Formats: sequence, structure tokens, C-alpha cells
Amino acid sequence: MNSDSATRITPGNALRPEDIAAAGTRADPDVAAYALRLGDDALILAQRLGWWISRAPELEEDVALGNIALDLMGHARSFLTYAGSADGRSEDDLAYWRKETEFRSAHLVEQPNGDFARTIARQLAVSYYSFELYSALQRSADPTLAAIAAKAVKEVDYHRDHSAQWVLRLGLGTDESRRRMIRALDLTWPYVGELFDDDELVVSLDGSAVLPSSLKPAFDSGIAAVLRDAELELPAVQPAPGGGRQGRHSEHLGYLLAEMQVLAREHPGASW
Amino acid sequence: MTGGSTTGDDGSRPVAAAPAVPSAPAAAWPLWEVFVRSSRGLSHVHAGSLHAPDADMAVRNARDLYTRRNEGVSLWVVPASAIIASDPDSKGRFFESPQGKDYRHATYYTASEGVKHL
Repeated sequence: MNSDSATRITPGNALRPEDIAAAGTRADPDVAAYALRLGDDALILAQRLGWWISRAPELEEDVALGNIALDLMGHARSFLTYAGSADGRSEDDLAYWRKETEFRSAHLVEQPNGDFARTIARQLAVSYYSFELYSALQRSADPTLAAIAAKAVKEVDYHRDHSAQWVLRLGLGTDESRRRMIRALDLTWPYVGELFDDDELVVSLDGSAVLPSSLKPAFDSGIAAVLRDAELELPAVQPAPGGGRQGRHSEHLGYLLAEMQVLAREHPGASW
Repeated sequence: MTGGSTTGDDGSRPVAAAPAVPSAPAAAWPLWEVFVRSSRGLSHVHAGSLHAPDADMAVRNARDLYTRRNEGVSLWVVPASAIIASDPDSKGRFFESPQGKDYRHATYYTASEGVKHL
């Protein structure tokens, strides 16, 4: 990587969205569309996790989920800043002024929080997927995508550990916690398949994007190891119809966006 | 900590906490004491306490709560039940100042005449 690049990673000098904006690099339109997907996944999940703040089962877990939400918010800001550089839109334009049909997130991240087990099941799938994705994306031909991934992968590694620890404890805990964990996997896993769909965009971005289907073997073996330790099994569930990458969302996203965007839309241009 | 609905929601709308569910202290997580050595620190310093179901989670929670995941720190967690504290009620006797007890120090005593090599 170019040593004077604004997106270089050095200890104590992790990439910030402001650095991406200041670098003035304009993303190729296809790369921008890809960055938008990654940013939307992180943004919607961060919004979902933010709901838990003050509601988690324990104070310590409240802080942990809040930390994870903020990590994801950081990833979203970087990806959205880069995505917006293609056509002069800011991260705020993209987060607060797009309609539901313009969001490119997967259905999994917009699923309801449900109980703690359901949130953990969703987090397990997303964090194991994201870890493989960012590990591979560090080698992207696009230096900005590679730099964002290099920062994100360390945080996602922690998210992976957090969710795995909880799957173990819920799976091996009380009868009730085990019952809830099993139900949570049942409710969550139909939405996992969409993460691994290859479409024209990712195929055309060979070298810059990561082919989602290539992440499946490592994802499967990682999840299998966690579930084996927790004495749980993957449910045999029918995959839900996806469509998030084309802007076709479930009934949940509209409500989420209404709440997330209301302040920015009530007070355009406000900063906080 | 107790409280907080774990029964969840069907979307992003908050759900009223289930009423009149007595908290169950018997099932509460045990308390852990946390000691942190910062990256430039020489020793572990008691930073606070937290609740966690076991030692692994206690270390993780301590990292979130007391180090903000900074580099170069060392964490100790100890079950609070493993710590034996001095009795605060015996403070007066236990920690009485050595002032006025000069006889505890060698300089209090004068050497006897004729004692050599002292």
C-alpha cells in the first residue's frame, strides 16, 4: 500500500471515515454499489443493537452490545463515506435520506431483536460471516476497501468471540435458555443463505469484491464448531426469499428506518 | 444488575417491562473484582467490580468496562468471595499509628557503655 495514502493503517492511526473523505478518492460506481451493501449491513445491524441499550439482561451485557453497535457504526460510516464519494453524497445523505427500497442490506440484519438468544443467533451468523468477508477483503485490489476491512476485521473478531461465548452459555445453560437458543437458531437461519448469494455485481468486481459464495466453507466450519461445543445443531429450515441486495425488504425495515431517520428529516442539516 | 426485559420485542418498539416479576437474587451472577495494569503501569490496580457468569466472561466484561480494549493492558479478575478483607470495625487497633511507639525502633535504645562494634 502507498505509504502516503490517507487510508494507511498504522498502530494508533486506524482509518476513520474522515480520512476517507479527506483523501478525496472517488469510488468507481460499481465499487460504490458494493461498498453500499457492506455499509448498509453494518448500519442496520448497529441500529438494531442500539435498541438493547438500557434493556440488556445485565449491565455488563448492555455495555458489550453497545460497544458492538458502535464498532458496526464505524464500519458503516467508512463504507458509506466511500460509497458516497462516487456521486458526491455524504454518509449522512446515505444513512438518513434514502428510502427503504434504496437500502441494500441483507434481510438478516433487519430481523427483530426478539429475546436475547435471538439477538445472539443473529450476531453469531453476522459476525462469523463478516470475519471471513473482511479477512478476504483485506486483499482487495481497491485500497480503500482493503483498509476499511483491515480495521473492521479486528473488531469483528471480538464480536465473533462474544456471540460464540453466549451461544455456549445459553446452549449449555438452563432448560429455558437452551430452548430459547434452539428457537433462536430456527428463526434466524432462514435468512443466512442470502449472505452467500453471488450476483452480477460481485462477479463483475472480481479482485475488488469478495465472492460471497467463497466464504461459505469457512463460515460453515466455524459455526459448526461453536454449535458442537454448545451441543446444538443447525436447524433444517427452508431459506427465506432474499432480495435485500435489490432493495426488496421484509416488513421490518420500514419501521426501523422511520425511527432511525426521523430526527434528520425533522431537522434537515442539524448536526449533533 | 437486575431488571430489563429479556422477552424482547417484535420490532424496534420498546416493550413495557413485565410487571411484578420479583428479581431473583439467587440466580444473579456472582461478583468479580477487577484489577488492571495499564500499558505504562507498574502494578495491577483495583479498578472496580462487575457481575459475570464465569471467569471467561468476567475477563471479557472487564475489558469492555474498564480498559475500553486499549492495547498493552493486563487484567486480573478474582471472585469477590475469594478476597479476605481486614475487619473495618477493628480499624482502631489494627491500623493504629506507630507514633508514640518509639520503642519499636532501634534508635530508641541507647548503647550501653563499653559495648564495642555497635
